[in-house]
Amino acid sequence: MKAPLALWAIRVALFAGAVTALAFLPRLLGTFRASQFALVAIYFVALLGLNVLTGYNGQISLGHGAFMAIGGYTTAILMSDQGLELAGHTFASDMRDIYTIPIAGLVAGAAGIAFGIPALRLSGLYLALATFAVAVALPSVLKKAETLTGGSSGINLFGVPRLTGLGVETTVLGHTISFNDWLYYLSWTVAVVLFAVAWLLLQGRFGRALRAIRDSELAAAASGVSLATYKTLAFGISAFYAGVAGSLFAVHTTFVNPDTFPITLSIFLLVGVVVGGLGSLSTLVFGAAFIVFLPDVAQRISKSPGAPAMIYAAVLIAAMFVLPTGVGGLVRRFVSPLTTRLYTRS
Amino acid sequence: MALKDTRLMADFLQQVVSGLASGGIYASLALALVLIYRATQVINFAQGEMAMFTTFIAWSLMNHFPYWVAFVLTLAIAFAGGAALELVLIRPVQNAPVLTIVIVTIGLLIGLNGLARRIWGSDPRRLESPFSTDPIRIGGVAFSIQDLGIIGVSLALVALLFGFFQYTKIGLGLRAAALNPAASRLVGVRVSLMLALGWGLAAVLGAVAGMMAAPPLGIFDQNLMQPILLYAFAAAVLGGIDSPLGAVVGGLLLGVIVNLAGTYVDFVGADLRLPVALVIILIVLLVRPAGLFGHEALRQRA
Repeated sequence: MKAPLALWAIRVALFAGAVTALAFLPRLLGTFRASQFALVAIYFVALLGLNVLTGYNGQISLGHGAFMAIGGYTTAILMSDQGLELAGHTFASDMRDIYTIPIAGLVAGAAGIAFGIPALRLSGLYLALATFAVAVALPSVLKKAETLTGGSSGINLFGVPRLTGLGVETTVLGHTISFNDWLYYLSWTVAVVLFAVAWLLLQGRFGRALRAIRDSELAAAASGVSLATYKTLAFGISAFYAGVAGSLFAVHTTFVNPDTFPITLSIFLLVGVVVGGLGSLSTLVFGAAFIVFLPDVAQRISKSPGAPAMIYAAVLIAAMFVLPTGVGGLVRRFVSPLTTRLYTRS
Repeated sequence: MALKDTRLMADFLQQVVSGLASGGIYASLALALVLIYRATQVINFAQGEMAMFTTFIAWSLMNHFPYWVAFVLTLAIAFAGGAALELVLIRPVQNAPVLTIVIVTIGLLIGLNGLARRIWGSDPRRLESPFSTDPIRIGGVAFSIQDLGIIGVSLALVALLFGFFQYTKIGLGLRAAALNPAASRLVGVRVSLMLALGWGLAAVLGAVAGMMAAPPLGIFDQNLMQPILLYAFAAAVLGGIDSPLGAVVGGLLLGVIVNLAGTYVDFVGADLRLPVALVIILIVLLVRPAGLFGHEALRQRA
């Protein structure tokens, strides 16, 4: 994927412009909007992860909400007073939210690798069902493991002093910011960093190997790509992203319970990836915005029984008719030179 | 002692039969999923909501007609509706990536649920049952006539469908179109017509599943088929997503396993049935990655 210099310049300019716009957006938005845009960043992170797996590696996951749940619960457990007792040593209780985020990602990533290894035997819909099974089963497991997870009532983080930015006015570079603004900046900082990481990862050898496996496992294996290594790694990285997103989600909602991460979340993540564009990164922002704002917009148009669902469905189906390859496919059609269009599969 | 044993045995048999009854419902819906999967490689997420919708239509019709008249009318409407959905919603994206079509069916799921709420409101309803709820004694064991009736209807439906696919010219066309669309087109099969017919048949299967599922529940609402769709999906994958026989066996097996686990394993109870079923399927899949009757797909994706 060698792009001409002009294209590089455009990309860098777009990226810098987007980051600048993001930095000043809360000045224009109300605090409620800032909280919603923070949610967009959180879904964006989750979609980046899912796309590494589904868009770039061709493995369909219908259960990414489960990895988000693992991340969310890790953060909640580390922050809450319950703490985690291991070998007579109590961990956490005093851990601040931002420090739990990387840990949540790593725990979810480890879970992803642990799941990815047996999943190597499965492909296509069978893998989709396996991931789906995990997402369906997880809430029940969370309910049963009461000592750790607080059972059905979950873990409340509201008012926990380790929650940065809540209650006290946080001062950043001389500006005092509200909790929602703090959430906004936290989420978008994480999102931009993880976006850059994903982009760099997929740019080189690693990304090429993932795409080769997606396009033809046989040919990839014949070219010396280790299917097991790369497919498991894709699962791990993907779950890491989902875990970070889940962690941010827990901080955002200030509580977790088994219903915070329902099976519909996993399905909406898949919707977001397809709307944003399989095999694209930056345009996933549109998928994330779609997930966050469309229910809201549908509610606003009509509140009569059933109407929001029908509006939602109509927009979703229309979006698929107009953009069958998502926003990413549209952008690719205009931006990429003819040759890359001819030689890469969308 | 002996008396206790026979009672345990009788209880066990009852549980198996009621498991088979729910299994028959899962099997019908699973078969619908397999039918569409074989033709288009797409899992139709809206299958359950299509079934729910037709069950509501049946409910409306039953206010005006005797049961079996309403039953047949519902099947006819389901067939037309299923074919129409394929023409209007699936046809425009049929050349798009598979996941795009899947998302369209998810949209259809959400939309049908909303439409049903709009038309019928959210009051719970009661669907008439064609079968008596009295027990019948066979060899000293009391079985519910309703359970036996559901099993009978499901199996009859499967047999009819099998006959249709195996012995009629349209059935042959449907199989050919699913197996190799390009070659079928060359020998004069109208593949696009076959796809619409396939959706129609799948909707009919779903309608029967819905009409069988609603009465034993007592009351039903727009969420009637959502848990059943999960079981049906699981059953279809357990049997092998491309195998109709697998869907039927998978459905019946799942019904029995779930019912027995829910009854006899305290830990499972009522709320852990689906997770336990899914974990069992996960284990089966790890041993047989293409399900019980599925064909091991070539790893090269076309």
